[in-house]
Amino acid sequence: MGNHSDGSPNHSGTVATAGQHEVEKFQDPGLPPHRLRLADTDPKAAKRAERQVAALFATSVVGTVIFLVAYFAIDLGDDSSIATIRLQNALLGLGTAFAMLGIGTGIVHWAKALMPDHEVSEERHAIRTEDDRQAAVRIVDDIVEETGIKRRPLIRNTLLGAVALAPLPALAVFGDLGPRPDNKLAHTMWAPTEGKLKRLTRDPDGTPIKASDVTIGSAFHVIPEGLNELHEGKLNEKAKAVVLLMRLDPASLNPSAGRENWGYNGIVAYSKICTHVGCPVALYEQQTHHLLCPCHQSTFDLTQECKVIFGPASRPLPQLPIAVDDEGYLVATSDFKEPVGPSYWERDEHERSINS
Amino acid sequence: MSAASTAEAPAYVANTSVGRFTDFVDERVGGSGILREFGRKVFPDHWSFMFGEVALYSFVILLMSGTFLTFFFDPSMAETHYAGSYTPLKNVEMSVAYSSSLDISFDVRGGLFMRQVHHWAALLFVASVAVHMLRVFFTGAFRKPREMNWVVGGVLLILAMAAGFTGYSLPDDLLSGNGLRIIDGVIKSIPVIGTYISFFLFGGEFPGTVIISRLYTLHILLVPALILLMIVVHLFMVVVHKHTQYPGPGRNDRNVVGYPLGPVYAAKAGGFFFIVFGVIALMAGFFTINPIWNYGPYDPSPVSAGTQPDWYIGFVDGALRLMPGVVSGFHFEYIIFGHVLTLNVLLPALVPAGIIFTVLFTYPWIERWITKDNREHHVLDRPRNAPTRTAIGVAGFTWYSVMWAAAGSDLIATHFHVALNDVTYWLRALFFVGPFIAFAVTKRVALALQRKDREIALHGRETGRIVRLPHGEFIEVHAPLDEYKRYKLVGFESLAPLPAQPNEHGVVTRKENRRAKLSRWFFEDRVAPATPAELEAGHGHHEAVEAGEGQKTLSH
Repeated sequence: MGNHSDGSPNHSGTVATAGQHEVEKFQDPGLPPHRLRLADTDPKAAKRAERQVAALFATSVVGTVIFLVAYFAIDLGDDSSIATIRLQNALLGLGTAFAMLGIGTGIVHWAKALMPDHEVSEERHAIRTEDDRQAAVRIVDDIVEETGIKRRPLIRNTLLGAVALAPLPALAVFGDLGPRPDNKLAHTMWAPTEGKLKRLTRDPDGTPIKASDVTIGSAFHVIPEGLNELHEGKLNEKAKAVVLLMRLDPASLNPSAGRENWGYNGIVAYSKICTHVGCPVALYEQQTHHLLCPCHQSTFDLTQECKVIFGPASRPLPQLPIAVDDEGYLVATSDFKEPVGPSYWERDEHERSINS
Repeated sequence: MSAASTAEAPAYVANTSVGRFTDFVDERVGGSGILREFGRKVFPDHWSFMFGEVALYSFVILLMSGTFLTFFFDPSMAETHYAGSYTPLKNVEMSVAYSSSLDISFDVRGGLFMRQVHHWAALLFVASVAVHMLRVFFTGAFRKPREMNWVVGGVLLILAMAAGFTGYSLPDDLLSGNGLRIIDGVIKSIPVIGTYISFFLFGGEFPGTVIISRLYTLHILLVPALILLMIVVHLFMVVVHKHTQYPGPGRNDRNVVGYPLGPVYAAKAGGFFFIVFGVIALMAGFFTINPIWNYGPYDPSPVSAGTQPDWYIGFVDGALRLMPGVVSGFHFEYIIFGHVLTLNVLLPALVPAGIIFTVLFTYPWIERWITKDNREHHVLDRPRNAPTRTAIGVAGFTWYSVMWAAAGSDLIATHFHVALNDVTYWLRALFFVGPFIAFAVTKRVALALQRKDREIALHGRETGRIVRLPHGEFIEVHAPLDEYKRYKLVGFESLAPLPAQPNEHGVVTRKENRRAKLSRWFFEDRVAPATPAELEAGHGHHEAVEAGEGQKTLSH
């Protein structure tokens, strides 16, 4: 490619440069002469096209029949198998496709082969003429004059004020769309009720987990005791309370100050709700001790208290402090020490109030 | 012909009953006048004009299939135990919404077909709106007088995505529930009011029990009504402006060349509706889309790997994936005056989409300002003849595509057996450099194509016929173009940079200087159309070659 950006053309006339004169142009030769189609000159070809169009319409009729047969002849019954449904679905699709494509291709073929294909030219009209503009201006002037709005600013200003305020009730009326957030996001079901610590139970059946069941390398999906017995707001509580329970070699865990007794024998529990936008961090890579969120690939390192090592999350997963009760079952010694899940404006406030 | 309005003229009386009925209606609605205006109105024809038609027709199909679905769908989040015929989920606890979606799929005859028609048509709807807008952009159809219709098109694209997303969430399955979960997380990242918006939208904490019925109202009432309104405005403006046409012999900004509405254009466009319907029916019959029964009911705990949103949400999801939360110790989430600003969510969710739509909506005015062009344009640009605009469009498209591809980063990693982290690193790099590469390459390609056009216009097309000249040289014979074909290659306007101009006070403002700089950047690289003088000169050359003077001018 030649360099033509410096304004020095390497072939005379090949590249026009800025400021050069308008050079002489090719004249528009006008519409090309119309070329006749085979069907325009040969009656046999026209007859053939006619039969093709009719055949396409006939295909459509066949398609409609296929649809009706598939609809009425195939019985879904009470325990229809996937295969039956798939067959009916395919036949309904095939029938509709034939019915529609038959009509569509038939009409288009008719238009292309048999209807006149002369291209014609039509003048465009001005979208707005100066005459119309002036007439409109006069009309608007008359209207404004007749309302007297310019002469009576009191009317104008009070009207503007009233119209500006009138939509407020329309906004206020949505006030009951939801409750105030208050500090609902700061607490989960794991908080002990009346001094009784909540057991860690299996998701979804709710059976408690013994510390001895948790072998090194294993992982449990955990819900709090009593979740399944909730009558209202079960999913709301579950969306905050789900936890992943894993056991590692205690030597590979390096608990920071204050968290030394949050685990038990290498068993640790972390919130399963991603701190990015809240997907469940459902993938546990046993060998690397990484937790991976399948939605946006945030990766957390268990051996560093679930610090973010890759992906869009910015905060570690909150840890649930756990211990073992008299019967050997795992229990949460308290609620999370920070709000779980995605960040929100008041989150830091909530975290401080939890820890004070 | 027309009914007489004066008392003396005999009143028209139709001969047949159909005629009398038509006349009855015509006398009351004035159909003759409408038919006289539109019956033979000329429409230009080109395959690329069909994308808008596809969009319109898939919307009609959406209305029809959607209405069917509303007869069976129950948007309630009340808990129930599944009792339908799909055995793997028997007795599983789920919402009524999910249960009724399963019933539509397995217990209503033709229900699965209708669901799949609806979903495929929705995907096609958004896709055809997007492709239609690309066509309009690359051909410069957004120029005066169509700037406002371009904006209406942009609004329609946003509404189409809104319709898609609200509908996608309705079955309350695991996949769409996680989609809502992500939306909730994004909403919560909004400073000051985010938590309140989330609680207001979900009627309390996520997921609550009202979101499905609220989305349902939006999906079947508000959004389609707005789409319909915008379509009416869109088509009204198309009638006012008349359609654009591609450049060619006999076509200019003062005329419109094409087929009359009746019968050819109406037949083609009307027939095309059935073709679009037929293709969607084929897809619905043979390709499973959104098999909700495989996902299970929504539960905040499980999620499957390889989750994907519908394609049009992909670019936002991909941007969320690309953004790092921590960069060499710097956390994008930080505390400001005791409040949390979570930029690792806020930036990718809002900024790329914000930039794309801001540029999209303002582009007609940006170009208008740079060119100071206030003329009406009804003849389209061939994309190569507007190299900088085309390059800008491809750069934007590339940027979008990188984000879109990022939404499938995990699938790219598993399908091509590469590390997931590497895919993300590469896409992050492409996010920044991809548009620039695309711009440079596209501009060069456009200029090269223009040069090729010049070549063909001046020297004719290659015939593939090799001739040996008397002195032994081989040349390929070039056949000259006829004047109609040539005009298509040379009949365009090549804009030159417009230097800064003083305003009425004789001052060149700083803004005007900036405009002049942009104008230079826009138009300094350009290939002017071939001129008759050059063709003349070329012919002289041609004869010289045939006379055996041995210049190889023809072979390049």
